[in-house]
Amino acid sequence: MSAEQSRVQLMQGNEACVEGALTAGCRFYAGYPITPSTEIAELMSERLPRLGGKFIQMEDEIGSMAAVIGASLGGLKAMTATSGPGFSLKQENIGFAALTEVPCVIVDVQRVGPSSGQPTSPAQGDVMQARWGTHGDHPAVVLCPWSVRETFDLTVRAFNLAEALRTPVILISDEVVAHMREKVVLPEPSELKVVDRPRPTVPPAAYKPYGPAPGDEGRDDYVPPMADFGSGYRYHVTGLFHGEDGFPTGDGEKSAALLRRINAKVEHRRADIVQVEREALDDAEVVVVAYGSTARSALRAVRDARAQGIKAGLLRLITLWPFADEAVREVAGRAKVLIVPEMNLGQMSREVERAAHGAARVVPVSRVDNELFTPDEILARIREEA
Amino acid sequence: MARVEIRLSGEGGQGVILAGIILAEAAAIFDGKNAIQTQSYGPESRGGASKSEVVVDEGDIDYPEVRRPDILLALTQEACDKYASSLAPGGTLVTDETFVQSPPKVDGQVYSAGITKIAREKLGKEIVANIVALGVLVALTGVVSSEAIERAVLSRVPRGTEDLNRRALQEGFTAGETILHRV
Repeated sequence: MSAEQSRVQLMQGNEACVEGALTAGCRFYAGYPITPSTEIAELMSERLPRLGGKFIQMEDEIGSMAAVIGASLGGLKAMTATSGPGFSLKQENIGFAALTEVPCVIVDVQRVGPSSGQPTSPAQGDVMQARWGTHGDHPAVVLCPWSVRETFDLTVRAFNLAEALRTPVILISDEVVAHMREKVVLPEPSELKVVDRPRPTVPPAAYKPYGPAPGDEGRDDYVPPMADFGSGYRYHVTGLFHGEDGFPTGDGEKSAALLRRINAKVEHRRADIVQVEREALDDAEVVVVAYGSTARSALRAVRDARAQGIKAGLLRLITLWPFADEAVREVAGRAKVLIVPEMNLGQMSREVERAAHGAARVVPVSRVDNELFTPDEILARIREEA
Repeated sequence: MARVEIRLSGEGGQGVILAGIILAEAAAIFDGKNAIQTQSYGPESRGGASKSEVVVDEGDIDYPEVRRPDILLALTQEACDKYASSLAPGGTLVTDETFVQSPPKVDGQVYSAGITKIAREKLGKEIVANIVALGVLVALTGVVSSEAIERAVLSRVPRGTEDLNRRALQEGFTAGETILHRV
């Protein structure tokens, strides 16, 4: 067997997520198994102990998220995985992680909802929850894979962004991408960039847990260096608004500065965070805007439309949040119509409409009957609008 | 070779999910093509109808699911009745004559082989019927090479059962080739 052949694997999306997490340096997992994310917990329970990491099955999703935050404060890269019902339960603590700036990765493998919904069927109904599921004005970084290999890549990226920005990052997958087995050749660890959180360079006595690093003074979007608990840097962590010293404050100016900074941290780095893929867009008049497994049906539909002489193209959203305003605006300026197929009742189509701002007509297409779109359904809409 | 869609169907316990994984690994790892395997997921995995699907292509695979299978394996009458009409025109239907008494009329080739009977009588283990089925399928369709399917089977089955599974695959090849010579 050649060296290249020996690296070829047939792997599930959920398995690729685990491989990506371990490659990125994840050494702590706490979770409560739930379909269709369960393989992630199963595989983590096998793999982590052998790498000196910790796996804990917690009493529920709330406890799982709390444990992940605790582990990260202790200095480990930490994650959890769940599906809709568990994602709902984790929201309060996701907000805690956002305000306390604790890096962590949350995987949500979407199934049909609301409530227990349909555990074994695909959906994309959590995309707005991933943005606004926890209360208050918080930043959100949400990545959405469409293949097994991309599940690996985006899991690594989720950890890198979480660490670099000190913020929770959500990887939002769906039942199709999570369960299908696909041919992959995973990169060697040496081919990948792995990012670690900024740590303090000042002595413990001079450490301000929420203050700027030397050189970052005066910036309104700085990422404060983070000390590992137990490493000699004593500090206070609270879900209340706090000053640079980490203690609660009722000072309106300090509160506003904190809230604006944790959002600016993400907003000012938008160009680095937002990723899209463009297919056949140069002369496209009918553009499909899609994400996750739906984008695979859409790509087939666009190829079939092209074969029929229709000027169709695909804009695939890889980063869901922050939203790809600029890419959508640019495409809307040249296209006649944007078709947005989603396995929900039109959650992202309204964002597309907002970004397009009237430059192109936006046509939402919903499918919520437990099945992935077929290419023909999307092709039919393309033909209608062409 | 352009896109080929394969649907393996039967009931829970017949090993169609594993057969699909092995077939996809044969194509992806040992024949160097692209492959995706998907399966019905849910109550089927605990008895009742079960199906496993594989898409094989020389090029990249966009849509991951099977629409009209070019190759359909039906290990039970129920599966046969349910999926026969989905066969692509000119496709190949392979049934297990142990359980499928009346193969339906389809626009394509229909082959019947005593898959489970072979596993029971020639190999003494009904559990390897799925591997016999893979042998029959590969002999009849050439969807993957015989070397690739053998390597894929041997790399997936539990240690200590390699010989049994190799023989099961061989019996499947023989049954498939016998059918071809008869036609």
